Amino acid sequence: MAKEQLKCIHCGEDCGKYPVIWEDKPFCCNGCKTVYQIVNQNKLYTYYELEKTPGVRLDNPEFGDKFAYLDQEEIKNKLLEFKDGDFSKVTFFVPTIHCSSCIWLLENLNTLNSGISYSSVNFVKKEVSVTFKESKISLRQVVELMASVHYTPVISLEDLDKKKPKKTNRQLLFKLGVAGFSFGNIMMLSLPDYLAGASGVDPALQRFLSFLILILAVPVLVYSANDYLLSAYKNLKVKIVNTDMPISLGILALFGQSAFEILTNTGTGYFDSFAGFIFFLLIGKWYQGKTYEALSFDRDYKSYFPIAIAKVDGDKESIIQIRDLEKGDRILVRHNELIPVDSELVKGVARIDYSFVTGESNPVSKLIGDPIYAGGKQVGAAIELKVNKSVDQSNLTKLWNQSESGDINAKTLNTIVDRVSKWFTYVVIVLALGTAAFWFFIEPLRAISIFTAVLIVACPCALALSIPFTYGNSMRIFGKNGFYIKQTQVIENLSKIDSIVFDKTGTITESNAVKVVFEGEIELSEEETSLIKSVARQSTHPLSTALYNHFTNIETHYVRDFDEVPSSGVEGKIGDFVIKLGSKAYVCGNNLTQDFLQSQVFVGINGTCRGYFRLENKYRAGLSDLIDELGKRYELHLLSGDNEGEKERLLPLFKKANRLHFNQKPEDKLAYIQKLREDNKNVLMIGDGLNDAGALNSAQIGITIADDIYNFSPACDGILEARKFKFLASYLKMAHGSINTVKASFGISILYNTIGLGFAVQGLLTPIVAAILMPISSVTVVLFVSAITASLGLKYFSNLVEK
Amino acid sequence: MNVLFILITLSSIVAGGFLIAFIWAVKTGQFDDGHTPAVRILFEDTKVSDTDSNNEEELTENK
Repeated sequence: MAKEQLKCIHCGEDCGKYPVIWEDKPFCCNGCKTVYQIVNQNKLYTYYELEKTPGVRLDNPEFGDKFAYLDQEEIKNKLLEFKDGDFSKVTFFVPTIHCSSCIWLLENLNTLNSGISYSSVNFVKKEVSVTFKESKISLRQVVELMASVHYTPVISLEDLDKKKPKKTNRQLLFKLGVAGFSFGNIMMLSLPDYLAGASGVDPALQRFLSFLILILAVPVLVYSANDYLLSAYKNLKVKIVNTDMPISLGILALFGQSAFEILTNTGTGYFDSFAGFIFFLLIGKWYQGKTYEALSFDRDYKSYFPIAIAKVDGDKESIIQIRDLEKGDRILVRHNELIPVDSELVKGVARIDYSFVTGESNPVSKLIGDPIYAGGKQVGAAIELKVNKSVDQSNLTKLWNQSESGDINAKTLNTIVDRVSKWFTYVVIVLALGTAAFWFFIEPLRAISIFTAVLIVACPCALALSIPFTYGNSMRIFGKNGFYIKQTQVIENLSKIDSIVFDKTGTITESNAVKVVFEGEIELSEEETSLIKSVARQSTHPLSTALYNHFTNIETHYVRDFDEVPSSGVEGKIGDFVIKLGSKAYVCGNNLTQDFLQSQVFVGINGTCRGYFRLENKYRAGLSDLIDELGKRYELHLLSGDNEGEKERLLPLFKKANRLHFNQKPEDKLAYIQKLREDNKNVLMIGDGLNDAGALNSAQIGITIADDIYNFSPACDGILEARKFKFLASYLKMAHGSINTVKASFGISILYNTIGLGFAVQGLLTPIVAAILMPISSVTVVLFVSAITASLGLKYFSNLVEK
Repeated sequence: MNVLFILITLSSIVAGGFLIAFIWAVKTGQFDDGHTPAVRILFEDTKVSDTDSNNEEELTENK
């Protein structure tokens, strides 16, 4: 019965059995068809030519009054970047941007509405800047226009706080530019000195060149290198020796010696090495600092709360800013809208999806008068709520604050480079002093210059470069394979982990998939299955929805006399059949106490009890292999907010019962991690929902699992694509490999330093030796670590490429 | 030999000009997005609405 599967022209999803056909083209839903019509009416055919099926599917394309709040003057002024007469400019975050067709369409918004004068996309940040004429189109209409082609901007409470544009990256580029400029020119101006041979350059010209070089070198010292110098100085004040210490020593020695030589006309100095060194250092820093700009690792509740919500006052409905909500206000929450404050249900049928908070996506039913906590999403018809607390005092906000307080115990592990640097600095200083003392007795005049020569050559150029390039490269390899880390330091921390703590719901189980197993004496026929599906379709109860979604490719029938008995079950008639679905008591008339640990749906056909469907959480693919593999090297723990229903299934995996913990509240999870840390464990916490936020933050490393990485995720050190979960062990191995690469490159670096020191202690370090030795050592180290990390990437990830 | 002093001074000034050009480019945000311009340049320039006949447009709108 499998028909050829039709793919939606717009979004590429399977159209199922009943595609929407328009102009002979198949669509999966009306929403996709509408976008196709809009695009074609405006002759934007290119959209479908640049990429196949470029569109975005929205399950709920109707936005109604959702954006009405954008008409409010106060909100509008905060969102607009600037306003000059009629022209306004605004920038939106649109996470659904994913291909060149998206860029093309969004940059041709002016074709859809002449009020828009210009729009441009920043693909990396997934942002769209729109300049529009307010006399022709309002801010609300701009947003609605984008939503109508399914590029709905995400506007959250955070956007109301005036954004501070990130300038740090530009600072680094300026520094890099200045250093590169000086390096190149100094190199060129030093050339006569290299090539002149024994006779030397004409003294007047040489002095001219030297002073020019000195002038070029000053901005490199005071501007390009100031981060290193300042950091070393700050650390020295609190008596800490970190990597910046030996680097700064080297920089200062290089500059001081060179400036002295030039000013006293005793030599040509080492400014070429000096500028080159800083240039390479900054390149390393830039390479390491490239992060995932569209991802956010430090979100708080603000980035996920809407700006405004509908307030009900008698029969009047108005839009109110969330921050202005007060206790006692009545608010209206529509389908798929977020509940922004702790409140109480007043009217309507509430089914709340708390997946943001708990990771569990099956909606929870609430009755009138029940308290409803902030952070859930209403599924189904609109509900009316009475506000109990203001936004700042809601439970969810407290969760955040709590997780921040957990941050006090410093997360940083003692880094390998700091340990090496400390040791390195002491050795270099002792060696330099020793050499100076030795020369003081033999040739006192040269003692000082040889002292600085030792400092110069010992400058850990290669050492400072190996970390940025190794970690930077590994981070890119992780990113390519669906694991996005906040900063490169995470790689080193990952390699030190000895315990892994998993959250259950949404982390090791799939958040949307439910495993449905039928238990009964006689298997159900296909016809019976289709009857069950038809009845299940009539109800919005989570169990019915799960059943309905379970039976794909099965037809449904018209259902008569449908009836739903709350907290019991549903009943419906199809032809001669009477179908009952629900609890045991309701379907089979048996009053035995229920086993509440698992969700069961009993099936009755024409009064006969046929058996039941058991609905279980589905574990992520490859879970047992992963746990087996990780179990060999790490201590594994499991924390679940749910009851012990699945203990029997999980025990064979995790082996030790005392590491499985159920009924854990967010505070319990936090406390558990803190206890592990007190036992000197290095903990990796893997979670997904907001209820893990505290635990994620207090563990050395917190990783969030996300189906859609651009969606909301709690503050963490890394975001892992859900379908890559099974490769967790590979990421950890890669992290270990990276650390070993760094260690090996330290070996190379020290080898070069020893050679250089050999020259220096004998008083043979000439500018040209330094100018040759330093770049060579840097380049070899960079090449070495890049090659090794690339091969590690191939080793661990080449077999993981899917499709 | 004296001409070298002038030439080196001149060349340094020219090089400084390039440095200023680089700083200007960074300041105006030309290095902020490394991906979109690379895609954008491959799009066809043709204005969408001009050339097609009106009949076709009506046909599309009818449904």
